[in-house]
Amino acid sequence: MVATSPLAPAAPAAPVVLPAPVIHEDAHAIEQRWYGWEWLATVDHKKIGIMYLLTGFAFFLLGGFEALLLRTQLIRPLNTFLQPDIFNQMFTMHATTMIFLAIMPINVGLGNYIVPLMVGAADMAYPRLNAFSYWLFLFGGIFLNLSFISGGAPNTGWFGYAPLTEPGLGGNSGVDYWNLGLQLLGVASIAGAVNFIVTILKLRAPGLTFNRLPLFGWMTLITSFLVIFSFPSITVALILLMFDRQFGTHFYLPSGGGDPLLWQHLFWFFGHPEVYILILPAMGIVSEVLPVFSRKPIFGYSFIAYSGVAIGFLSFTVWAHHMFATGLGDFANGAFATGSFLIGVPTGVKIFNWIGTMWGGSLRFKTAMLFAVGFIAMFIIGGISGVSLASPPVDFQQTDTYYVVAHIHYVLFGGAIMGIFSGMYYWWPKMFGRFLDEGLGRVHFWLTMVGFNLAFFPMHWLGTEGMPRRIYTYFPDMGWNFWNMASSVGAYILGISVMVLVGNMIYSYSRPRDEMADNPWDAATLEWATTSPPPAHNFDAVPVVYSRYPLWEDRHPVEGGQPAVIATAAPHTSIDERSHPADTQVAVGEGETNAHLATDATDHGEHDAGHAFHLPAPTIFPMILAFGLLLIAFALLFSPPILKVTFLITGVIYFVVAIYGWVKQISE
Amino acid sequence: MRVPRLRPRAARAALILGVLSLLASACAAPPLVTGNPQSTLDPQGPNAQLIHDLLVPYIFIPAVLVFLVVEGILIYAVFKYRGKQGDALPVQFHGNTPLEITWTIIPAIILIVILFFTFRTQAALATPPESPNAVNVRVIGHQWWWEFQYPDLGVSTANELHIPTGVPILVSLESADVIHSFWVPLIAGKQDAIPGRVNRMWMQANEAGTYSAQCAEFCGVQHALMRFLVVAESQSAFNTWAQNERGVPFAGAGSAQPTAVAGSQQSLVQQGAQLFQAGACITCHTVRGTPANGVVGPELTHFGSRKSIAANTFPKDEQGNNLKRWLRNPQAVKPGNLMPNLNLSEQDINAIAAYLESLR
Repeated sequence: MVATSPLAPAAPAAPVVLPAPVIHEDAHAIEQRWYGWEWLATVDHKKIGIMYLLTGFAFFLLGGFEALLLRTQLIRPLNTFLQPDIFNQMFTMHATTMIFLAIMPINVGLGNYIVPLMVGAADMAYPRLNAFSYWLFLFGGIFLNLSFISGGAPNTGWFGYAPLTEPGLGGNSGVDYWNLGLQLLGVASIAGAVNFIVTILKLRAPGLTFNRLPLFGWMTLITSFLVIFSFPSITVALILLMFDRQFGTHFYLPSGGGDPLLWQHLFWFFGHPEVYILILPAMGIVSEVLPVFSRKPIFGYSFIAYSGVAIGFLSFTVWAHHMFATGLGDFANGAFATGSFLIGVPTGVKIFNWIGTMWGGSLRFKTAMLFAVGFIAMFIIGGISGVSLASPPVDFQQTDTYYVVAHIHYVLFGGAIMGIFSGMYYWWPKMFGRFLDEGLGRVHFWLTMVGFNLAFFPMHWLGTEGMPRRIYTYFPDMGWNFWNMASSVGAYILGISVMVLVGNMIYSYSRPRDEMADNPWDAATLEWATTSPPPAHNFDAVPVVYSRYPLWEDRHPVEGGQPAVIATAAPHTSIDERSHPADTQVAVGEGETNAHLATDATDHGEHDAGHAFHLPAPTIFPMILAFGLLLIAFALLFSPPILKVTFLITGVIYFVVAIYGWVKQISE
Repeated sequence: MRVPRLRPRAARAALILGVLSLLASACAAPPLVTGNPQSTLDPQGPNAQLIHDLLVPYIFIPAVLVFLVVEGILIYAVFKYRGKQGDALPVQFHGNTPLEITWTIIPAIILIVILFFTFRTQAALATPPESPNAVNVRVIGHQWWWEFQYPDLGVSTANELHIPTGVPILVSLESADVIHSFWVPLIAGKQDAIPGRVNRMWMQANEAGTYSAQCAEFCGVQHALMRFLVVAESQSAFNTWAQNERGVPFAGAGSAQPTAVAGSQQSLVQQGAQLFQAGACITCHTVRGTPANGVVGPELTHFGSRKSIAANTFPKDEQGNNLKRWLRNPQAVKPGNLMPNLNLSEQDINAIAAYLESLR
């Protein structure tokens, strides 16, 4: 009945006391629909997580396409494939898309799906706010890309330095789409961060102390704090820029008493924590995958957790290493160099602990593990190139060259993206009740390694040989021809590897779903203690946790000799009707065990044992609120007063209706 | 015929001598690593040399070692600890505090040492070499060309920076519009030219030569073609150049205009002068000694003595075709730059090109 886990030990070391996993046959009988009201109005973190993942992945493909356009233009000197301004739009959108519309949302999507399960909760702390964050992300991403058909995508770089973004200096109308789009996305991100923080702080299952919190939970928590403290800085920067562009102020214009460096400080005070926002969740994923596929616990749990905290703090002290060449002076440069070097220490600690996890283990190289090991290998390189950039004198030669492009892609693709791939292969069975094909996964992995390294390793050399970045062409006598071509070929191979992944996803989903074990990888954390995929309410009964590895307590006898159990007759959760009536949970009274559970759609919380956690019903108001904000953004975007007023009034109406409807639902 | 055989001792001696001489020649002069025109591995001046001397021994070599060791351990672990289906559970160890402390402290020490050498290089870079012959240059970045002024020498030019070898050049950096970055990789690290402030750096070229340089901060549509040349030459050659730059062309002939002399080539020049001064050119360009005093585009007073066109978008060629290509349609060559297509006839192009080349 239960599919055999490929990683299960040959013979259990001791009698296992875990209850048999409960599979709700009804839940499996209803095949998931991928359209309809249940998606538009959902407040279920699992559905929202999937929406984040699908949308983020679509934007990843778009950003990758933009990169292939760039690399095609640069495949040979003096190429005429892309006109200069189009090239500049492409590199602006490639970076903006990958950072804000791909990596961050995919991180949030995985976090959304997995973190509540990992902490034993029935949903995120604020399910409606969760939906709002998703819809605002989607609308912000669409808003940003609308610029393509309306005057051109922004052409001033993802970092948008002033005064280039000021009126009349070359920035096009796309800069306003970029500005307002990022502000919408910022609101979505901050709301999401608040949600994660409260979920992790307040909704952990009984016994799940911080010392037992899975490392993906730790990293998501730290990342969320980084979002809360860094996004206000870019919001301020963008608002000041909006005033400069629309209302004639001169915050960044020296002719009016402003300072271009103000933009850089505000931007990079956000921008540096942002890159840790991008990488920490992937580090969390790797910290989950490695123990499972090494079949031993993570090495140095506390050190990995606290080094994440250290990185979080230190990330706010290094921002001006992006500004070494701007003339801040030796003292400032030295201070920021010191912080930038220091931040390498906790990063190294993590790497050594991951290797320590593998050391002495019994390594199973499923695709998730391949990508996790690939992450470590590539991130080492990215980290090392970061050290040279942290030294101001060396940075004077390396900054603004392809050396930096190499560094960022080793940490963001070799790091964040490969970590994400690892997480996808790992959690795919949990989310969809199917595996991603291992054979295709291997092809995906090796094509990625070849394509990625061919595309980006030569860039270290190109930068060292004097090739600046953000140039749409170069001359044949500079000595850069061969490695530019090689890099472009690598990029194409990388594109093919992503197609293999897409094919794998489609192939996997096209196969009929058989019974998927709750825990096909023999993993240890709570998300594996429920069905694959989980029912709408996640757990039939609130799990009680006694260790970091609740599902491995057979091989890790808990101190005090307490029996390893996942679910006791614990306070029940009851929900109002969700989208699938058959999934509605039944209240579990005191003394009942899982075996007696049946799905009974009629019970709506009559057995309130005093710890009821009421989950909200589906609602469209979060989407309406997000839409209202989108309309207000259009009001700020357009210049003709009639358009401004129309969009503003309509937007405010949507806003007010949504808030009213939302609040009314809360009080019902 | 008998082939003479080398006696073993002689062969050994020859081998040793050969190796030693190879080593000696390597130590004698720093070899050009790549010979590429903007390579940072070929420092040709003390500023770039200081950076190179920090990077290679104190950063690059430790980086390679760390890479080999850590990746090596990772790959070793991958192979040594491969498991198979049916393997017993491995020993479930999960921590070792002394090890943690060790691998926290050792990288910290390595990084602190590198930081120490970084500070040392920063201090060395902070002050240029002492010299009574230091030359002050004021650099002003424009979209998408470079203005160079020598305040002490009364020289104002564009896109080609002449400097004497062996003396420090004290550079101040400003911008007329957006942020640019002044970068001559063979000679010095880069510094940004930011509107509203003055940044300072110094550089020095050891040897005569023409050094390729490029803007290194994204500054708009033609950032890629905002290059320039640094021509390092002997002090006397530099003085001659500066003297010439101070003057105006044709001044020796009693006027600042080309005079009519028999022969078709010179009258072409005169035609070009007339076209230039009657046309739109003077609104953007300056040619001292003539009515042309625009400041939107680069000064052209001594354009004829420069080696390249449009901020080294391309070099001048023997036949003058590159210049004519530019005049024919600047937008086709450098789309988006601020010089419009003037739709000149071929005849006008020839005349203006001849005139510009006469401005030596």
